Amino acid sequence: MPELLPFLKDLLSAPGLSIHEGPVAEMIRARWAPLVDEISLSRVGSLHALRKGTAAEPRPSVLIATHMDAIGLMVTRIEAGFLHITQVGGVDARVLPGQRVTVHGRQDLPGVVVQPSPRLLPPGFEESPVPLEYLLVDTGLPPRRVDDLVRVGDLVSFAQPPLELAGETIAGHTLDNRASVAALTVCLEGLQHCPHAWDVWAVATAAEEVGLIGASTSAFQLRPTLAIVLDVTFAKGPGASDWNTFPLGKGPTLVMGANMHPALHKALKDLADKLEIPYALEYAPTRSGTDASATQVTAEGIPSAVIGIPLRYMHTPVEVVAIKDIQRAGRLLAEFIAGLTPDFVEKITWDD
Amino acid sequence: MPAIGNPQLRLLERLSNACAVSGDEGEVRKIVLAEIEGHADEVKVDALGNVLAVKKGSQRKRLRVMLSAHMDEVGFMLVADDGEGVFRFEVIGSIDPRQLPGKAVWVGRDHTPGVIGARPIHLTTAEERKRAIPVDSLRIDLGPGGKAKPGDRATFASPFRRLGPSLLGKALDNRLGVVTLIELLRNAPPNVDLLAAFTVQEEIGLRGAKVAAFALDPDLGIAVDATPAHDLPAWDGEPAPFYNTRLGLGPAIYVADRATLSDPRLVRWLTSTAESAGIPYQVRQPGGGGTDAGAIQRARAGVPAVSVSIPHRYPHTAASLARLDDWKNTLALLHTALSRLTPDVLAEER
Amino acid sequence: MKPLIQKLTETFSPSGYETAIREVIRREVEPLADELRVDALGNLIVRKGPSAGAGPVKGKKRIMLAAHMDEIGLIATHIDENGFVRFTGIGGIRPHALTGGRVRFVNGAAGVIGVERLTDPAKAPTLEQCFIDVGATSPKDCPVKVGDVCGFERPFLDLGRRLVAKAMDDRIGCAVLIETLRALQSTPHELYFVFTTQEEVGLRGAHTAAFGVEPEIGIAVDVTGTGDTPKGSRMAVSLGQGPAIKVKDSGMLSDPRVVAWMSATAEKARLPYQREVLEGGTTDAMAMQVSRAGVPAGCLSIPSRYIHSPSEMVDDEDVQNAVKLLTALVSKPVDW
Repeated sequence: MPELLPFLKDLLSAPGLSIHEGPVAEMIRARWAPLVDEISLSRVGSLHALRKGTAAEPRPSVLIATHMDAIGLMVTRIEAGFLHITQVGGVDARVLPGQRVTVHGRQDLPGVVVQPSPRLLPPGFEESPVPLEYLLVDTGLPPRRVDDLVRVGDLVSFAQPPLELAGETIAGHTLDNRASVAALTVCLEGLQHCPHAWDVWAVATAAEEVGLIGASTSAFQLRPTLAIVLDVTFAKGPGASDWNTFPLGKGPTLVMGANMHPALHKALKDLADKLEIPYALEYAPTRSGTDASATQVTAEGIPSAVIGIPLRYMHTPVEVVAIKDIQRAGRLLAEFIAGLTPDFVEKITWDD
Repeated sequence: MPAIGNPQLRLLERLSNACAVSGDEGEVRKIVLAEIEGHADEVKVDALGNVLAVKKGSQRKRLRVMLSAHMDEVGFMLVADDGEGVFRFEVIGSIDPRQLPGKAVWVGRDHTPGVIGARPIHLTTAEERKRAIPVDSLRIDLGPGGKAKPGDRATFASPFRRLGPSLLGKALDNRLGVVTLIELLRNAPPNVDLLAAFTVQEEIGLRGAKVAAFALDPDLGIAVDATPAHDLPAWDGEPAPFYNTRLGLGPAIYVADRATLSDPRLVRWLTSTAESAGIPYQVRQPGGGGTDAGAIQRARAGVPAVSVSIPHRYPHTAASLARLDDWKNTLALLHTALSRLTPDVLAEER
Repeated sequence: MKPLIQKLTETFSPSGYETAIREVIRREVEPLADELRVDALGNLIVRKGPSAGAGPVKGKKRIMLAAHMDEIGLIATHIDENGFVRFTGIGGIRPHALTGGRVRFVNGAAGVIGVERLTDPAKAPTLEQCFIDVGATSPKDCPVKVGDVCGFERPFLDLGRRLVAKAMDDRIGCAVLIETLRALQSTPHELYFVFTTQEEVGLRGAHTAAFGVEPEIGIAVDVTGTGDTPKGSRMAVSLGQGPAIKVKDSGMLSDPRVVAWMSATAEKARLPYQREVLEGGTTDAMAMQVSRAGVPAGCLSIPSRYIHSPSEMVDDEDVQNAVKLLTALVSKPVDW
C-alpha cells in the first residue's frame, strides 16, 4: 500500500479551485483507478468511482462524498502590472497580506499578495484590516509581461508548501478537504481485501465551497441509497475553543442534527464504539454546512451522515490536521461499508 | 570591479533563508565570517556581536571609510509555553500585526516548522473581520508535543526565490546590503581603508552601529541598507505622491531621514559619480525611517555620513521584493564611488 | 434591431407577471420556431434544430439558451386613507433610483413615486419611506389594489451607438436570443431558446425550465456591470469593448470548458469580447449549472451601465456582436 503522507502532500500541492478541479481530479483518478471497478467524471467535474458490491441486483449503494475543490482567489483587474483579486470560496482577507500564491495565467507565475501602504489607501487603514478590494498580487514581472501572461478571470492558488509539524500533524492550505480525500483513499485501500455487499460510490465532489454543486448533482445522478459525507471540522486550538470545536488528533467527529439521519448516525457511532475508534460527537443543529446539506434533499431525499476530521485554522493557508484522524476516519468508513448487509437500509428508519 | 552573478545570488539565498532576529544574529554572522575569510587584514567580533573587518589600502593619503550593513532582521521571540506545542510570542522590530495570521514560521536554530494560525472565517462575525487580529491572541503552533522553549527566536518561513527580474524573500532588508558589503570587501579599492561593519540590532534602534563606529573611528561612514518602495497604484487610481523609492530606478541615495541629515558633500560625491559613470540612481524621498548612518554620524566627535539603499517592496513582511538590476547598480555605484574617493571630497566645509 | 429593443423594453412585465412580454416575444419567435411551449412557471421554451429523436450526430448537444423576460418592479402593500399606495420591491430595487420616478401598473394605471420628509436628506430613503401617488384621494377612487404590481415608466432612448431603457436587464438578452434565432441558418444542435420568468426573485423560472429541458450545455444571456463611469465600481468591463464572457459572478463560477469554447469561437470569428468577473449579482446560468446531474454552464453578458435603475444603458455594437457570437457558437458542432 503506497504511503499516505506523500499522496496527501501531492494532493495539497495540486491546483483545483472550485469548478476548476481538473488537475487534482486527475491525481485522485490515478490513485483510485486500481482500487475501483469504474471511474468517470460528472458533467460538472466530480469524480465518480464505483466499487461493485456482492449482493444480488438491484444492489443498494452508498455514496461517500469528499469535496476536492480548494478555496483561493481570482484576478478581477490588472493595473500597472499589479493584479486586483476577488475570492473563490470564503477567504478571510486578514490572512492574505504576505501570502505566497501561484497565478494560473497563460503559464503559472509565482506571486505574493500585498497590502499597499496606508498612503495608497483610503483613510482609515493605518491599522484596520485592508479589505480584499484593495489588496494586490505582485508577480515581480514588468507590467507589459504581466499584460501578456495574465487575464481577468485567471485563478490564483495559495502556494504555501505543506509542512510536517510535531505530533504527526501536517500543515498546509486545502487540507479542507483534501484530508478527507486522503481518508476516503484509506477506506478504498482497506476495502481491497474485503468483500462488501453494497455498491460503493467514492465521489470527490466539485465546487463544494461555492454552493455544494458537485454533491447535489452527483447525488442526483447516482441516486445512492445512503450518503456519507466526509469533511473537515473545527479543531480546538488557538482562536477556537468553543463547544463547536474538537480535539486535534483524538479521532473524527460524528455529526448529528437536522441534516443527518439519526439511524445512520447511530449505526456509525455504534460501530466506532465496537471498534474502539475514538470519536467526538458534533452537533449541527440546523445546517451542517457540508455536502450533506445537498445530498439529503436530492431527488426523493437520501439519508445522509457526516464524519468530520478536526482541523485547525480552517480556510487559512496553514490548516493543521492530525494524520491519525485521517486514518481513523478512513478505517471507520471501510469497516462500516464492509459490515453493510443487503437489508441494512431497513434499519434506517424513524424511531418515533 | 565586483559584480552580481550566480555565486552572489546563491549567497543572498542562503542569507535570506538564514534566521538572525535582532539580538540573535549568529546564523548570519557565521556565514559572513566564512565568506570574508582571507579578504581582510583584521576581523573581529565585538562585544555586541558586530563583525568588524578592516581591509587597508595601499595608496598614500587614504580615507578611512566605514561601510555598515546590518545583519539582523525583524522577527519573533517565543515568550511563554501554553503547552501542547503552542507558544505565545512577541514581535521583535516593526512588523505590521496584519502580516502575521496564516503564516508558516521557522523556530529556533534548527528552523523547526510552525504556523501562526487564525480563527476559522466560519467562526468569525463580519464585525470581527473589520478589526485587526491582535498579536496577543495569536500563537505559534508547532504541532502537539512540538519542541521549543521561551526565548527561542522565530522568523517567517519564507524561502527565497527569483521572480523574473525580481528577487522575493524575507529579510532582503538587509541581506542585500550584507552581500553588497561582502563583495566590496573582497574587491576593496586600494585608495581607501575599508572598514566593514556587519552590524547587529539595527531593527531595534541602530544599537550595533553605535559601538562599531566608535571602535572603527572612521573619516566617513556609509550605511548600506534596503529601503521601502511604495510604488504601487493608489486605490483611487490617482498619482500617488508618497512612494519613498521606486523599483527599477537604481540605488536610493539618502538626503534626509528621521535619524540623519546626510552630509551634502557625500551626497554630491555619490550623485556626481553616478552621473559620470552612467549608473542610474534615485534620491530617496526625504522623510521617516533611519539607518546605521544615524548612529555613525554621532560617533566620537562626529562622522560625515550618508546612506545608500537598495529599494524593495513590502519591507518587514514574509515576502519582500527587490529588482536584481537595482542591486547590481547599487554595488556598481558604491564601488565606483569608493574607487575615486580622495580626501578632497571632505576638503570643503560642510 | 432597435425597434425590437424598443418594443421589448417598453413592455411592463415584472417578475411573476410576464404575460405581456411573453406575448410580444411569442409573436417574434413563433414563425422561427420548430416547436414552442410554455411551462408551468410561464417560461417560453422555443426549440430549434433537430429534435432528440433525430439520432446521434458527432458534436450534437442539447443546448439551453436562457434570457429572462421578467423585470424588477414594485408591488402595492397598502392603500392609505388618502389613496397613496405603499409598496415593496420585486427584485433588487435601489431606493436611491426611485425618487421622482414614474410607474406603470400591469393593469395600465400610472403613478409617480413620492417620498416622506427625510430627517437626513443626504441619505437615500428606505422603501418604507416611499409611496406611489396615482392621483387618487381615497382607497375608493384608487385604481390600484393591494397586490397590484408595476414597472418603471421610462421610454426607450436611442443615443446612436448607446441605447437606454428601463428593463434592458434583461430584455436586451431576449433581443439577442430572438435575433440569434433569426440569424441562425442551420444548427446541428437541439437548441432551446428559453425566455425565463422570475429571474429577479431567485432564478425560479430557469430552475424549472432547466429541469424540463434537461440540457447538456447551458448558456445564459444577461447584462453585467461595467467599470467605466466616473468614480464607479472598478470593474474590468467597459461599454463598447464587446460582449463579456463570464468567468465568475457572486453566485457561480462558469464552467471552464464553456468559457474556453466561447473565447475560442469569438477569436476564430474575430469578434471582440471581454472577460468578466462580476462581484455582485448572478444569472440563470447558476440555476442551470446545478440542475439534475449538473450542466456545464456559462453566460454571455451584455455590458450595461446603471443596472436596476430606470435608465439602463448598453452599446449597440456589443449587442450586435453578442448576436454574432451566439450564432457562431450554436452553428457548429461542439468539439469538447
